[in-house]
Amino acid sequence: MFRPLDPAPQPMVSVMLDGSPALLPAGANLAAALLAAGFTPFRRTPVSGAPRLPFCMMGVCFDCLAQIDGQANRQTCLETVREGMVIARQEGAA
Amino acid sequence: MNAGTAMDLAIVGAGPAGLAAATEARAAGLSVALFDEQPAPGGQIYRNVTLARSAAQARVLGKDYAAGRPLAEAFLASGAAYHPSSTVWRIGADGLSFTAPQGGGDLAARHVLVATGAMERPFAVPGWTLPGVMTAGAAQILLKTTGSVAEGAVFAGCGPLLYLVACQYLDAGARIAAILDTTPGGALAAALPLLPRALRQPGLLWKGAGLLARLRRSGVPVHRHVAALRFEGEGALARACWTSGGRDHALDCRQAFLHHGVIPNPNMTMAARAAHRWDAAQAAFVVQHDAHGRTSQDWLWIAGDGGGIAGARAAALSGRIAARAIARALGKAAADPAILLPDLARESAARPFLDRLYRPAPQFLAPRDEATILCRCEEVTRGALARAVAEGCPGPNQFKAFTRAGMGPCQGRMCGTTIAQVFADLTGQDPRETGYFRIRMPVKPVTVGEIAGLPRTDQQSAREQ
Repeated sequence: MFRPLDPAPQPMVSVMLDGSPALLPAGANLAAALLAAGFTPFRRTPVSGAPRLPFCMMGVCFDCLAQIDGQANRQTCLETVREGMVIARQEGAA
Repeated sequence: MNAGTAMDLAIVGAGPAGLAAATEARAAGLSVALFDEQPAPGGQIYRNVTLARSAAQARVLGKDYAAGRPLAEAFLASGAAYHPSSTVWRIGADGLSFTAPQGGGDLAARHVLVATGAMERPFAVPGWTLPGVMTAGAAQILLKTTGSVAEGAVFAGCGPLLYLVACQYLDAGARIAAILDTTPGGALAAALPLLPRALRQPGLLWKGAGLLARLRRSGVPVHRHVAALRFEGEGALARACWTSGGRDHALDCRQAFLHHGVIPNPNMTMAARAAHRWDAAQAAFVVQHDAHGRTSQDWLWIAGDGGGIAGARAAALSGRIAARAIARALGKAAADPAILLPDLARESAARPFLDRLYRPAPQFLAPRDEATILCRCEEVTRGALARAVAEGCPGPNQFKAFTRAGMGPCQGRMCGTTIAQVFADLTGQDPRETGYFRIRMPVKPVTVGEIAGLPRTDQQSAREQ
């Protein structure tokens, strides 16, 4: 579980996280924000259904995939938190 | 595409190499467009360096990180067309194709400079796919982006970045459960003949020695000559297991950070059909290039760690060298790129010593444990590769057809180098003979809507109708 170095309050925005309303820091890296929010797993693999979380955080490994605003296979490590974003866990080959 | 309106130079990547190249090329009067996947310039080494951050974060990240700021600011003031949050999925002699939140498209360009840098060497050990296992680079990116740390983490592997991130964790007041150092016994003796040349970079060696001393003083348990490393847990990391000092160890942990050095990310230059070579010292495939960064494709240039690992300062220099050479190739009056070559040699002087000292042990480069997953995307094990070879599979490309290894969304980035080395180990070949997957465009997954150049919002409304 990741904790912030500075506990200073950040401006938050409302998003939908797997069907429930949630608050994430505005403008933050989405994968980092989801890790800090304890969202786990990000996805399950198409082959064995194994749970995965981000591995590289730099756009290489594709383990941080999730559905964003209805679009599957988005790399959350390359996305920025926006007001109204709809994020859903990706089960297998979505 | 109309060559009359083509940009002189398209650059992929906003790390030190890309930023320095763009600034230098603009100074020589070239029209330049730079594309980068991140929302702010800096690449991974200087990620988010232009953003305001708290004093606590600035102290932890240190002055070498802050050194990236002038580079990014000079680029932003250079007049280069900057495309942040954009993914380049094709490059060619005519330019490139990209996707972006506001809609992608094609850009005509006379020359393309790939400055996509390095990625962490795949670290295939049992359990490396478990939630809670990440790279040390990922830990540092979390520091640079959200400024977050994990308590009680295990750091495993070897190399400067592992020790740097561990020290940054200590500076941040985070507890480290253990450091599992995989540097093989005898590595220092083997690297010693390369030390005299490395002394041309005394600052770098001094910094490294300081990091190691800081870790020794910290009281964090450091286990040396770690072998047989594996991670266990049901659905998430629960413990690390290894052997060192002649006995077996196990340690409960929820978070582990792995690092075995960095290697060039070869997908873009391979897809462009530039010639590559196996670099035995860095245990990686590297695009072939001349002293100025020109590849076997006339229009394609490389700068920075993508052309061989040498670090951030060397990357910025190689970007400037390539930009001058490209300007001259376009008939512009640019300063002689060769003037900068001695500086580049000096900034790369310690690399052979570090490469040898921190070369991962053969058991990590070519794992022999049958259950180890090599391809994370398709969950293909070392055992599957051994069976395929026994059935006559002649190489990595045919292994794709046998098992789908390398055919998942990461397009072989996380397994290609390991599979080449395991294949070589199984067949007695040199990785040079084994070769790599044949990589094709698009080098990043792209939707049909994105190829058509639709903005993402239009694609969504089209889908909803």
